Amino acid sequence: MPNQQIKANMKPLGDSALIVQLGEGIDPKIHEMVKNLSELLTKHPFDGFIEYVPAYNNMTVYYNPYIVHISQKDERTAFEKVCVHMNRLINQIHINTNEKGRLVSIPVCYGGEFGPDLESVAKYHQITPEEVVRIHTESECLVYMLGFAPGFPFMGGMNPLIATPRKETPRLSIKPGSVGIAGKQTGIYSLETPGGWQIIGRTPLSLFLPDQSPPTLLKAGDRIQFTPISSSDYIKYKEMG
Amino acid sequence: MSVKVLHAGLLTTIQDTGRFGSQKYGVIVSGAMDSYSSRLANILVGNNEHEATFEITLYGTTLEFNEDTLMAITGGDFQATLDGVIVPLWRPIVVKKESILKFNSAIKGSRAYIAFAGGIDTPLTLGSKSTYLRANIGGFKGRAIQKGDIIPIGKTDKELIRRLEKNDINWSINFNELICFKQDMVIRMLKGTEFDRFDKVNKQTLLQNAYTLTVQSDRMGYRLDGPPISMAEKFELLSEGVTFGTIQIPPNGQPIILMADRQTTGGYPKIGQVITADLPSLAQLQPTAQIRFKEVTLEEAETIFVENELAINNIKTGIHYKLFH
Repeated sequence: MPNQQIKANMKPLGDSALIVQLGEGIDPKIHEMVKNLSELLTKHPFDGFIEYVPAYNNMTVYYNPYIVHISQKDERTAFEKVCVHMNRLINQIHINTNEKGRLVSIPVCYGGEFGPDLESVAKYHQITPEEVVRIHTESECLVYMLGFAPGFPFMGGMNPLIATPRKETPRLSIKPGSVGIAGKQTGIYSLETPGGWQIIGRTPLSLFLPDQSPPTLLKAGDRIQFTPISSSDYIKYKEMG
Repeated sequence: MSVKVLHAGLLTTIQDTGRFGSQKYGVIVSGAMDSYSSRLANILVGNNEHEATFEITLYGTTLEFNEDTLMAITGGDFQATLDGVIVPLWRPIVVKKESILKFNSAIKGSRAYIAFAGGIDTPLTLGSKSTYLRANIGGFKGRAIQKGDIIPIGKTDKELIRRLEKNDINWSINFNELICFKQDMVIRMLKGTEFDRFDKVNKQTLLQNAYTLTVQSDRMGYRLDGPPISMAEKFELLSEGVTFGTIQIPPNGQPIILMADRQTTGGYPKIGQVITADLPSLAQLQPTAQIRFKEVTLEEAETIFVENELAINNIKTGIHYKLFH
């Protein structure tokens, strides 16, 4: 049923975007609302709408204020007009808790040259590297958003037993496919970039697929199951493309 | 039709007005740093204003044309010469086969744009021709242009060239109300989403001091140097959407302005947001330029945005008449 309880807060991000805040913190329920609002906005865009970026508990909506201005000529600002449209959509948000996101299995070769920080993460928690792998692979993670680099998933749901602070000195270059931990988050590097996450393994899968639509392996709402593989399996995956 | 690159220059990339629609996948927008200059260059040669142009940074780049064509140069003044003669900016130029266009160093601004009639004939990636260097997509082979590259250019309207050759072009467009090339600039900003998390003293620090554009600045972000800004209370901000012109305060207190190649999301507090109308002028600053921020209201920012779009539309109507009547 339509939800009148949602208290959304809208704030301008400059003159061509606004942020719709749907709650606080990292919470799968708020994530469902963000996802539902994304679908509503895709179905019911407004004149001047450019695109949206979902995040943990909010959504940034990008628009062209000139087009908003000429499509509804009155005294209100373009920001106010977009707020009215977004409020109308927020009132239609349905939270369907039965509907689960797609489950994606991510094969990861843990440790060794692919996971140079596995040992230090284990040491930090005074457990063995095998236990880190077991904990990392046993619970499902949820992709809340993509950002930082194309196809880079920001995930929640990792077991906090292996939460580890970022490295004090970030690496200048991290190979694509590297699986890392930063605090309570786990993520996968999609491009070769600098970065400060603790790298515990690497997946042979490509996360950024510029010739496909959508151009990424993962999307917000996906459920992720990490699966350990050997280095020979890693090579086999790579060879299969 | 194509142009051959004889000298690459410091950093010359193919950019249109940006790759929109894929930010939700983490794909950055890219696009021309000074979008007004890029759009006007296209308008001057009869192209769609969102067509791709060459963006040339600070100095260099020499090109050879292998066919007669029509081009326009806008943005910064790099004292470009065509076969040794200074080329006028902000107007269409008929170029003869085998001519050599040479960019020297910037005496005004920091980014020059060349549009070619018929556009740049490189493929679209995710709907855009813009070069995204780190992901190796868009532009020419996903990289900056290099010596020896032969860049394909779209078909030129031969009839248009013949007509323009006959009627000597003795006009150029007035860009003064759209882009400012001063290196000591007042940049107008809106309150950022975390503006009120900063105390009065720190807000005043930003608004009452000059900040210097450092050499560590690039298409991704402008790193400023000046009195540091701090937060009374540290707070954890989850990553969320950012945009062109977002002014972030990282832990060292020195503001960073996010530019065309910014990441799609960021987690630093956002103290301000440069108004869209001032981004082209900001893009034309050279390292060591001085910036002062002035706060304006959202109403003012929107009004200036709309006025500038109307000004570009007027220019477009005028040029279209001159080119095609």
